[in-house]
Amino acid sequence: MITFLLRRLLLSTLLLFIISLISFFIMTLTPGSPYPWGEMNPKVSPELKAVFRKKFHLDRPLPLQYCSMLDDLFRGKLCSISDDLPVLRKIFDRLPATLSLNITAMLLFLSFGTLLGVYSARHLGDWKDMLASLLAFLFIALPSFWIAYLLILLLVDHLGIPILGTESYGIDFPNLLAAWLDKIWHLMFPALILALTPLAIESRYLRASMLEELKEAYILTARARGLSESTIFYHHALKNSLRPLITNIGMLLPALMGGTVIIESIFAYPGMGQLGYQAVLERDYPMLLTLNFIVATLVLLGNFIADLLYALIDPRVRLD
Amino acid sequence: MTTLLRRAWKFFSRYPMMAFSLSTISSLIVIAALTTLLSHYGIDWPRNPNETHLNERLLSPNWNHWLGTDHLGRDVFSRMLHGTTISITVGLTAMAVSLVIGVTVGTIAGYYGGKIDQLLMRSVDALLCFPTFFLMLTTVALLGPSLRNIIVVLGFLGWTATSRLLRAEILTLREKPYFHAARVLGERRWKLIFLHLLPNTAGLILVTAILGVPEAILAEAGLSFLGFGVQPPQATWGNIIADGKTYFLDAWWLIFFPGLAILITSLSFYLLGNSFLVILEKNLAANNYRR
Amino acid sequence: MTSATSLSLSKEPLLQVVDLQLAFSTNQGVSPAVLGISFSLNKGSTLALVGESGSGKSVTALSMTRLLPSPPLLYQGGHVFFQGVDLLSLSEKKLRKYRWRRIAYVFQEASRSLNPLYSIRSQLAETLKLHRPDLPTSDREILPWLDMVGIARPQECLQSYPHQLSGGMQQRVMIAMALCAQPDLLIADEPTTALDVTIQAQILTLLQRLQKELGMTLLFITHNLAIVSSLAHHVAVMHQGRLVEYGATEKVLRNPEHPYTRALLACIPRLDRKLKRLPTIGNVGKQH
Ligand SMILES: Nc1ncnc2c1ncn2[C@@H]1O[C@H](COP(=O)(O)OP(=O)(O)O)[C@@H](O)[C@H]1O
Ligand SMILES: [Mg+2]
Repeated sequence: MITFLLRRLLLSTLLLFIISLISFFIMTLTPGSPYPWGEMNPKVSPELKAVFRKKFHLDRPLPLQYCSMLDDLFRGKLCSISDDLPVLRKIFDRLPATLSLNITAMLLFLSFGTLLGVYSARHLGDWKDMLASLLAFLFIALPSFWIAYLLILLLVDHLGIPILGTESYGIDFPNLLAAWLDKIWHLMFPALILALTPLAIESRYLRASMLEELKEAYILTARARGLSESTIFYHHALKNSLRPLITNIGMLLPALMGGTVIIESIFAYPGMGQLGYQAVLERDYPMLLTLNFIVATLVLLGNFIADLLYALIDPRVRLD
Repeated sequence: MTTLLRRAWKFFSRYPMMAFSLSTISSLIVIAALTTLLSHYGIDWPRNPNETHLNERLLSPNWNHWLGTDHLGRDVFSRMLHGTTISITVGLTAMAVSLVIGVTVGTIAGYYGGKIDQLLMRSVDALLCFPTFFLMLTTVALLGPSLRNIIVVLGFLGWTATSRLLRAEILTLREKPYFHAARVLGERRWKLIFLHLLPNTAGLILVTAILGVPEAILAEAGLSFLGFGVQPPQATWGNIIADGKTYFLDAWWLIFFPGLAILITSLSFYLLGNSFLVILEKNLAANNYRR
Repeated sequence: MTSATSLSLSKEPLLQVVDLQLAFSTNQGVSPAVLGISFSLNKGSTLALVGESGSGKSVTALSMTRLLPSPPLLYQGGHVFFQGVDLLSLSEKKLRKYRWRRIAYVFQEASRSLNPLYSIRSQLAETLKLHRPDLPTSDREILPWLDMVGIARPQECLQSYPHQLSGGMQQRVMIAMALCAQPDLLIADEPTTALDVTIQAQILTLLQRLQKELGMTLLFITHNLAIVSSLAHHVAVMHQGRLVEYGATEKVLRNPEHPYTRALLACIPRLDRKLKRLPTIGNVGKQH
């Protein structure tokens, strides 16, 4: 167990290192960067440029620039270009909103994705499977902003139901529970739209791995042993097909995070996605860099949890 | 000829999704080609996509403007026809770029193994930790949004899954007796790779290629929506939505039709890829029993 | 049990396969797998079904309790009578009462026949609970079966997961799992093919011993004619979906009638004869 943790820690550090390198190179090697106003802009005074260069260590050679940037990042000294506030503080202010949105979306896509995939696999080859598959591909192919706008048109414009923001404005809630329910209500729609694609992808993964498992010899044995088809399906095949699924879910997390940029801006939801979009608009390099770093850490954490779960399910996996 | 038609009919009635997706995709390609050709000769049908008519602003769909007009009085239907070309172009080329990179990286990692494999796959792992769409957005924003940059960015950031799939496939093929035999017989390395390994992944590559198209189309639409797609006034499906989002409460058609086009196009590609996958798996299963 | 009923029992075959015809529907059309075979098996006796790989032995065995999904498997004709009941025309629900409780299997690859995610205890208990609901599913009920198949430390074995056992042990567990339902017929489909030679011998001896001690009826499927003589009372030789030879073991081995059987017998290396090279089987099938 300890060796496993150490190995994971080492591997994650290595990955984070590569991630920061990639981010750094994308930032510094693109034309015009890393000046937010463009290198040749005549409206910016040389003094201001010099201050800027000093502050972001642009007067040093590239490798040193990278090191000082990492140093600043870990000591919390890295500041946003737009308002000079520490980047980490700005991000941590948004973290609760983003986490609640993403975790809700994750719970949604895990549960509904499993349901859809199981339904497909249960009716393998007949029209119900075909319908479920069609639904899954529809979900993958849906542009999220489109469905979001249609939803807003329908609910907000036609029916007058508030779903934008994190809570309804101008309403005094009689108690805390109502206020909470209102918050959850506002969380539900962006989370659901965010979950659509990963949900569908998960159902396809699940269906494919069920297909493989149902061909296995132990399924034949289970049938020979006189077990009912539903026992064979749920007790024997399903649990085995979770194994490839769990590893694939790790790959869906980054997509989920990437999707928040669009969804948060449509639903006026104050999370890290909006922060990121703002940073892109303002060419706020320190912010972009840190955001990528934090998201990658979250994704690695998610993968780690997935691996632990996987070890819980499969006795063949030993954590060392 | 009639037997060919009958066989085609039999085939497509067995795979209705394939029939649907193939006909949609081929119509889209024809539309894209015709629009490009016509505008090349200066013929604007039904209208010039960039011609503004300030007295015809935000008209809902009618006989003159089938899909309505936008805030500058431009004809949405004409703009969507021109957007087809952009979407198909971006989809196909970005897919091609990412396919070439993904297949190369996957083959090298799977064939050579060892340290090279470790290095490549750890880098892929690292790339997979990025919020893909956000990374694309950042890179396009920094490079400056243009058709070429979008294709480059989508291509260069979209190959990770392909490389993993191909590496896994090459690893299994490497363990097959036929490959050992070929190697023992002293086949050259390039022959091993190009004659013995890659042809056997053709089905997988085909499916990956088809599924890569809608991914790029959806990503481009998302970038356009946020204002970092192909720049206005060039008409793209994403741009029409981006332009229209300010007015969408009054002019639903500015959002609805382009989004529907994106949906149908990407859905068709997904269904086509899936149909090929089904056929591929059926053949694999049949081969396993043909001793 | 009176002598009259026991007499009638031994007369009436336990299993009777009549003109069984099976085929697979494939992309290329219908491909026949079994072309009308008939044999019967009396209570307490052992029948060896012998034939080369792909001759249709497994399909025959599995079709008796309709274990293969249909389609692709097509039941094109014939009957499988078990104690006078035609299993092929039974409803799925009634058929399930025959599976394992009456007809149990031991398959070729024990390592893949056990679910990797569940412990041996849980899989044995699951079987026991289903087929002997009258018994408690405690370790006390399970352990004797593991003892019987010669597992040295049964308590330890119960705790373990399939991947922690050797191939021989896994096969023993499978046999115990079959025995615990106390079936009337045990079908062993190449139970030793995936094992090392020494382990093969152990498993064969075990089956032989169990058959004698419990008076079990055994359908033993193998591609190896050499191991048949000590094990089986009757032999049926299968070739390309047909039975080409069927009779008492002694008779078949001493003077085989069909050229294919002769060819199979010639392939068995013997210590008392000098051979430069082992003969191969030519295309005997052409004669059909
Ligand atoms: N699922 C299947 N689909 C098509 N053909 C099959 C299938 N399973 C078995 N067969 C064919 O049936 C024949 C008999 O197979 P089998 O009973 O497994 O042979 P064996 O005697 O080695 O046990 C073989 O020719 C095999 O190719
Ligand atoms: Mg067999």
